[in-house]
Amino acid sequence: MENQSYNDAIVRSFVTWSVIWGLVAVLVGVIVSFQMIDPDLNFPPYLTFGRLRPIHTNAGIYGWGVGVIFATFFYIVQRLCKTPLWSNKLAKFQLWFFNATIIASAVTLLLGYTTSKEYHEMEWPIDVMIVILWVAFGLNIIMTILKRKDEQMYISLWYMMAAIVGVAILFLVNAAAVPVSLFKSYSAYAGTNDANVHWWFGHNAVAMALTAPPLAMFYYFLPKSTGVPIYSHRLSIIAFWSLIFMYLWTGAHHLLWTPVPDWIQTLAMGFSVMLIAPSWGSVFNGYLSMNGQWHQMRENYLVKFLILGITFYGLQTLQGPMQAIRTFSAFIHYTDWIPAHIHMGTMGWVSMISFASIYFLAPRIYGREVYSIPLANLQFWLVLVGQLIWSISLWVAGVLQAGMWNAMNSDGSLTYTFMETMVEMYPYWWARAFGGLIYMLGLIIFIYNLYMTASKGKPTGEATAVAEGRA
Amino acid sequence: MWEKRPILLLVLATGAILVGTIVTMVLPFAWVNTDADRIEGVTPYTALQQEGRDVYIREGCNNCHTQTVRPLVSDVLRYGEYSKSGEFVYDRPFLWGSKRTGPDLARLGGKYPDSWHYKHMDSPRSMVPRTNMPDYGWLSANQLDPRMIQRKMETLDFPFTAEEIKSLEGKNEMDAIVAYMQKLGSDIPWREATETAIIGDLVNPYAGADHDTIEAWEDLYQQNCAACHGEHLEGDIGPPLNGDDYDDEILFEIIYTGIADGGMPSFSSLGTDKVWKLTNYIRNYQAKGDD
Repeated sequence: MENQSYNDAIVRSFVTWSVIWGLVAVLVGVIVSFQMIDPDLNFPPYLTFGRLRPIHTNAGIYGWGVGVIFATFFYIVQRLCKTPLWSNKLAKFQLWFFNATIIASAVTLLLGYTTSKEYHEMEWPIDVMIVILWVAFGLNIIMTILKRKDEQMYISLWYMMAAIVGVAILFLVNAAAVPVSLFKSYSAYAGTNDANVHWWFGHNAVAMALTAPPLAMFYYFLPKSTGVPIYSHRLSIIAFWSLIFMYLWTGAHHLLWTPVPDWIQTLAMGFSVMLIAPSWGSVFNGYLSMNGQWHQMRENYLVKFLILGITFYGLQTLQGPMQAIRTFSAFIHYTDWIPAHIHMGTMGWVSMISFASIYFLAPRIYGREVYSIPLANLQFWLVLVGQLIWSISLWVAGVLQAGMWNAMNSDGSLTYTFMETMVEMYPYWWARAFGGLIYMLGLIIFIYNLYMTASKGKPTGEATAVAEGRA
Repeated sequence: MWEKRPILLLVLATGAILVGTIVTMVLPFAWVNTDADRIEGVTPYTALQQEGRDVYIREGCNNCHTQTVRPLVSDVLRYGEYSKSGEFVYDRPFLWGSKRTGPDLARLGGKYPDSWHYKHMDSPRSMVPRTNMPDYGWLSANQLDPRMIQRKMETLDFPFTAEEIKSLEGKNEMDAIVAYMQKLGSDIPWREATETAIIGDLVNPYAGADHDTIEAWEDLYQQNCAACHGEHLEGDIGPPLNGDDYDDEILFEIIYTGIADGGMPSFSSLGTDKVWKLTNYIRNYQAKGDD
């Protein structure tokens, strides 16, 4: 039986706001994708590619990604600990402060207040807000875990705790700066040091915000959706510890061939390849949990989202190490291949898991059955096809551009000028924008479906218990 | 047993995270930006250059332009000498970027005259027709704030003089960003050091080419030369080419190696064949006159 004192109102609110910020992120993404095709779509000073692109990335990571983390973790932690949230007041404050932080970030970035550091562009006052936000969240989760009723902690809780300390360490170190004014600061580190610190942050923000938390969700929602436990507890232990140990060594693979000392690059390259093992540990654990259950791919739309999500995680963690190898990096780095890689992770892995998690939550937080499963299926295909068009077109573009950058004449001179290579990108940029539009359509259907569930869905009542037995 | 003890799990997880962190992120401070990689001649930014850098940051130029040349053949041929750690000791933050939607800018300083930058920032498509870079002419309307810039220089602990700050009065953000562009990568004398020497006699391989063949190379001229020397060789940022009468060999050398002090970039990366075609196109144009 569900404990009546569980705080599901806060879960509901975070779901609402995360999907709103998710739509903003995708909408801005579509806008900047058209700005790349036609410079006349830039409207200075505020609405230029240079200022909008960080809003796209930060709304995606902090608004949508972290918003879903807040929603799902608050739901999961109460269930796994069999106890209500430690502090409902703190959670309420966190919700309010979360939106204030996202809005403040968007406004200041539009005004051009930026540190320029990718995925950490917000200036120092916003950084302070983010720290407060994370402490409020972390404290609530950890205190709830401390007063849990079940002694044994399930896998999802490990990933949650690692993410909480991991993000805290990364963010604080990389945020160090000397303020000049309220909206301008200079990094505490200079040049090569700054680059190395920043990509240690940048890569591990992906680990601690966009890998560990979706894994926590996956390990919880997959068994809940299929009704079958995770295949191997031991495998999950090995994968967890090796993942959080090895990730931190790999940041410098973003800096191959730069002036960062060679030995750091080599370590990053080696650990990146080794990281395939723990990543695929979780992928296999997911696949093998489906033993005898593969028919659910046909019958249960939640499973479809989850298995496609973990599949993209698997592909992402093979492609990533490939790019982290010096020789391939020399060829492909700085081309359009790179955003294609990132978007397979965000649109494929993180968002697929998030969609499934929210669909799972919907009946439980709204007390109503999901409004339309056919619409959920339609959304599945739209986001899948949209993302594939997005990524595949830019992979092709990246290989083409890299080939042209490297092409040489017989006298040892370059075959193409930079502009000759850039104009070849236009058709692929069109395809990417088109893929983004399809993806956005999928997201709009998702939000419509959620809205209709909350307002018009059939009340669950007894039906949930029956449905849960099956699903 | 850590599965039953959350505090222990938190401590162990922190420990696991810190090992790689210390080795690859903390330890490098012992080598990087020390005397080991310091380069003589690398100087802090002037007040105007630093302000230009801050405009570059504010407008997010780093979203499309990188600032690090890798020690790879194609990078060095295209952009110039590969980047060294010691060249970045005054960069807070670093601006290496991660995507080359536009070209790398690490060696841009001194490649073109100031007038090229003013015209290009104002309307990139007037010089490079199919570029996707937006116009930044509006920067000229923003006057600099000398008091704020002085505070920045103090925060960064960069040397400056009172006259220097005073001279910022009346200057605008376009002046600042152009000054910054001209500083990029020019602290080491790489342009002189890497100047391409031409060995042996130069022989024009297209000496006997007919008029129509040569006319077909107009695209090459329009793409590489017209932005500065005009569509009809009438000159603009660069001098007119329709009046000069250099020998084939001298013209070839100028295009191939550039004129480092004169704002004429080297076009050796085009290869000898294309440079010869350009030479013949210009010579032919001179011969036939402007029709």
